[in-house]
Amino acid sequence: MARFGMVIDTRRCVGCMDCVVACQTENDVPVGYARDWITTEVRGEFPNLTMEIRSERCNHCDNPPCVYCCPTGASHVSDLGGIVKVTANRCIGCKACLSACPYGARFVNPKGYADKCTFCDHRVKEGKDPACVSVCPTHCMHFGDLDDPKSAVATLLRSRKWHTLLPEAGTRPRVFYLT
Amino acid sequence: MLEITTTRNNPLVDPVLTVWSWEIPLYLFVGGIVAGLMILGGIAMLRMARGEDTRRYFSLHAPLAAFMLLNIGMGALFLDLAHRLYVWAVYLTFQPTSPMSWGSWVLLIVYPLLLASALIRLPEAWPWLARTVPAVRRWSDALLARPQTIRLLAWLNIVLGVALGIYTGILLSTMVARPLWNVSILGPLFLVSGLSAGAALLHLLSVVLPPRRPAPQGLIGGAIGALVQPLGAEPPAKGTANWLVRADVGLLAVELLMLGLLLVGLVTATASHAAAFELLLSGRFAVAFWGVLIALGIVLPLLLQGLELGHRIPHTVVPALLVLAGGYTLRWLMVNAGQVSEVVSTAAKF
Repeated sequence: MARFGMVIDTRRCVGCMDCVVACQTENDVPVGYARDWITTEVRGEFPNLTMEIRSERCNHCDNPPCVYCCPTGASHVSDLGGIVKVTANRCIGCKACLSACPYGARFVNPKGYADKCTFCDHRVKEGKDPACVSVCPTHCMHFGDLDDPKSAVATLLRSRKWHTLLPEAGTRPRVFYLT
Repeated sequence: MLEITTTRNNPLVDPVLTVWSWEIPLYLFVGGIVAGLMILGGIAMLRMARGEDTRRYFSLHAPLAAFMLLNIGMGALFLDLAHRLYVWAVYLTFQPTSPMSWGSWVLLIVYPLLLASALIRLPEAWPWLARTVPAVRRWSDALLARPQTIRLLAWLNIVLGVALGIYTGILLSTMVARPLWNVSILGPLFLVSGLSAGAALLHLLSVVLPPRRPAPQGLIGGAIGALVQPLGAEPPAKGTANWLVRADVGLLAVELLMLGLLLVGLVTATASHAAAFELLLSGRFAVAFWGVLIALGIVLPLLLQGLELGHRIPHTVVPALLVLAGGYTLRWLMVNAGQVSEVVSTAAKF
């Protein structure tokens, strides 16, 4: 089985938010909510400053706390490349998964169920990239099977330095940031 | 220097998590009391099955009060849900890694168990009901004639009471994203706090709702009478109140010890846990923690009850009220401070 992941090159990302808009359009995300977003980190003291711009979303963790805490199995690991998904008509809106996620990647859809990034699995099924990846003007985002050594994501992770978000939480995220 | 900006501003998630409001603390508090009442009631029912305690206080009132409180708790839990019409989905599955799934199934067993336990002496507590529905007395007589069944119900009350009490803590403590919750002592702490609040509630009810004679009659009058006077016709024996106070002193002392262990556990763990410790020690929740929970909710009632037992001051309802306020504060504090606490990035230092 494939193990889908995303690799994002922070040296190329300019924070244009095209990925955010593409996601909202593709997935009909309610106004005022976001499945992906841009985080900007500035470190150091002037004039020695470094900046990292990241397009962030659900990390589709290999060790997903949101799935473990779900009382109904609505939050689950999909057969399609291990994508972490929510089945809306099984979700009771208890919000345990929102508390369990160290990344704040989930929100309560105004219709009442827990909502988040799906890696655009409806597009992935058709062999396409997620909407955010497909629109990126700097081509800083890559999507593919982490377990396939020939895939672009696996090749990049072998050849470049990278980090994940909050490795301290032990969730084994599958969104990687090249530095 | 580190400056982080984000374009995300999701309701209930940003800037800090606020998904759980008053409903969950109330549910955890009430669930804890129900657990405490089940254990206290179970012990009394064991004595009843042995032929003692036949007309005593706990076996009559603990299951009844627990049943009524459980409805309040479940009501709060339901109000908290954002996708209420799908609540049935909980009972289509069992998820072994989810404490909430365990709790849902435990609650499903607790409901009929409390009903059966209350039924044993229901005609005494609510005579109007026994008159209106003769079957109640028949079932009650059938149960009273079978000590083995009462013993079984008693043990089920004790075992499921412990499970319910611990679950209310485990529900929070399994979440790695919230360091304040992610400590294993939270389950036992909530159990002991629930037991102490259960004892306090029984004590309080015995004082503020003294038996009235004659008991109100009729379907409506009887029902209203039962609500304001759920304790039935028998006043509690004098020793009962003392027993409750003595038990509460021990439980409060254990609770204090466990809170100490909680703090030690937090401060000696990861940077994220240490940051959560700071929230309680000197952060924005320090007043609620030290002032309301520790001082007013535990230490003061401990002192007052100690003096009461030593016959230095008269018995009052004040310690029981303080213990209940402390029990609620513990849940309120853990739920709210826990939502603020988050995993700290060690990379943020550089």
